[in-house]
Amino acid sequence: MSQDVYDADERGFFGDFGGRFMPEALVAALDELDVAWREAMADPAFVAEFEAILLDYAGTPSLLYHAERLSAQVGARILLKREDLNHTGAHKIRNVLGQALLTRRMGKTRVIAETGAGQHGVASATAAAYFGLDCTVYMGAVDTRRQALNVARMQLLGATVIPVESGSATLKDAINEALRDWVASVDHTAYLFGTAAGPHPFPSMVRDFCRGIGDESRAQCLEQYGRLPDAVAACVGGGSNAIGMFTAFLHDESVAIYGFEPGGDGIETGRHAATIHAGQSGVLHGARTFVLQDEDGQTKESHSISAGLDYPGVGPQHAHLARTGRATYLPVTDAEAMEAMALLSRTEGIIPAIESAHALSGALRVAAELAQTKGPEATIIVNLSGRGDKDMGTAIEHFGLGGPAGEAR
Amino acid sequence: MSVGPAFDKARGEGRAALVGYLPAGFPDLPGSVDAMRAMVAAGCDVIEVGLPYSDPVMDGPTIQAAAQQALEAGIRTTDVLRTVEAVAATGVPTVVMTYWNPVERYGVARFAADLASAGGAGLITPDLTPDSGAEWIAAADQHDLDKVFLVAPSSTPERIAMTTRNCRGFVYATAVMGVTGARSTTSDLAGPLVARTKATTDLPVGVGLGVSNGDQAAEIAAFADGVIVGSAFVRTLLDHAGDRRAGLRALEALTQDLAEGVRR
Repeated sequence: MSQDVYDADERGFFGDFGGRFMPEALVAALDELDVAWREAMADPAFVAEFEAILLDYAGTPSLLYHAERLSAQVGARILLKREDLNHTGAHKIRNVLGQALLTRRMGKTRVIAETGAGQHGVASATAAAYFGLDCTVYMGAVDTRRQALNVARMQLLGATVIPVESGSATLKDAINEALRDWVASVDHTAYLFGTAAGPHPFPSMVRDFCRGIGDESRAQCLEQYGRLPDAVAACVGGGSNAIGMFTAFLHDESVAIYGFEPGGDGIETGRHAATIHAGQSGVLHGARTFVLQDEDGQTKESHSISAGLDYPGVGPQHAHLARTGRATYLPVTDAEAMEAMALLSRTEGIIPAIESAHALSGALRVAAELAQTKGPEATIIVNLSGRGDKDMGTAIEHFGLGGPAGEAR
Repeated sequence: MSVGPAFDKARGEGRAALVGYLPAGFPDLPGSVDAMRAMVAAGCDVIEVGLPYSDPVMDGPTIQAAAQQALEAGIRTTDVLRTVEAVAATGVPTVVMTYWNPVERYGVARFAADLASAGGAGLITPDLTPDSGAEWIAAADQHDLDKVFLVAPSSTPERIAMTTRNCRGFVYATAVMGVTGARSTTSDLAGPLVARTKATTDLPVGVGLGVSNGDQAAEIAAFADGVIVGSAFVRTLLDHAGDRRAGLRALEALTQDLAEGVRR
């Protein structure tokens, strides 16, 4: 493990952020996981098996695609990292295959996971099926309703989906419930954490399992265009796809790094999930990070049209990258994301997840600025972290699709 | 103020201390003060005032429901400190049980100062272990407050030693691998954990998670210095949500049963 200014120390702190604020009952399990993960990543056989599974089963490396018609609209080269083409339709499969492989190595027989939009739940159920592990997925009751298709997919894959009614009945409450399960089952159960947040070592481990996104992008860009991009962009809820993309470029000082947060109805309305932009430092789900909270430290309910971004915290490494200024985090509203979703669908024939549409919307802004200073060679890589099938219900409602006229309003 | 004398007194009487928990602001602010005073009157030796929190990872559905009700009614951290003040005025040592973020948000030094001036004895921190708690340890020491950290059946001997070294007042032993909530049988993990903990410290060891009646209290009291009860008290009030007086009577009856249990 390299120790540099952007990485965590031995105790899992990225500067002021991260660490481990967890019940003592889970400390032994987190220590065990930390040791197992470090040993596994230092074991060439484990790494080779992980890479082979990604290659043979998950369908990576994903394409780096030049979206020419979209590029023409902004006058800069927009490259899409097509994580939506991975098996199960999102970058999430990389993380869960890594964690599930580690679970098997640790001799545990059951996995639990939390999910917001359902992508991580589907990926976890898939990995569990692949490795023959029992799987339970916790999902906010609100999210089970808006992502019913993914609930069905998880069930078909053999997972038990438990709707969580407590709190705001969304992703943060699903995490609480999964942690409660884990306290009681830690001897035989691994918690497949869905994002680069939570207590140490999850932020670092999830990042390492996702970092192929950026490593591949960097190599593909060099190979296809003979140069590094001017910028990379990704959406940030908890931030697993983003940190997976960013990690390869952290030391490429010429590459600007942008994370786009869910701005919901607009920051000024208070109905958003732009944690870095509008949160304060605090402790949530085991790590010190930026948290949407009130003046008493109670977690505020977040809002995003994308269930996958609807989280009031963020991975601690993102908090650190924001504070050091290495990455820039900006909000994108629901309306802007949906506009980008429609735009990509119609210009490129690619229906992105609403999460990814946030990244795309922000990237279009950045690309237009880059084009002004660098001309048409200006290049930005956007992580298209997932496909939009799961979000069709939201799209139908938002755009008024499926009516007799057959066109969007 | 410390819980130490209360445990000493119980030890002097050849019994375990009874520690009772309720969240502040449940069923409402005056109602929680009345309930905690009733628990004092009926035999609790130490009161734990819960600070309702939006993301209580260690709590089961009963306590979470009560905390949620308190939060929805607008309970603030300052209200919790007022509750402490009212309960501590009875003379029974009163500690706060809280997740960490509300303390950090209030300001660690400010929280310690205000807790001490409210007459509070200290803090139980379910999601803050001593190795992540340097700031709290310093603030607590400065204001002469108890620091109650948790040990668990999964704790290594090294971690138990590290934890007890940083505790003051008592050590909180979680009897089960699981969250709060009344259970029909006590855990067979509690005894060995208490023994392992006692091997590292002279501090009293209280056992919590799952105790709901006098018989279970008696079982735990046979090997622990304190019996900690939470969900059963909360459940009693939830069961009498429509009748405040009946709730208080039931709470007193439960406390008496538990107080009799720790004396067997």
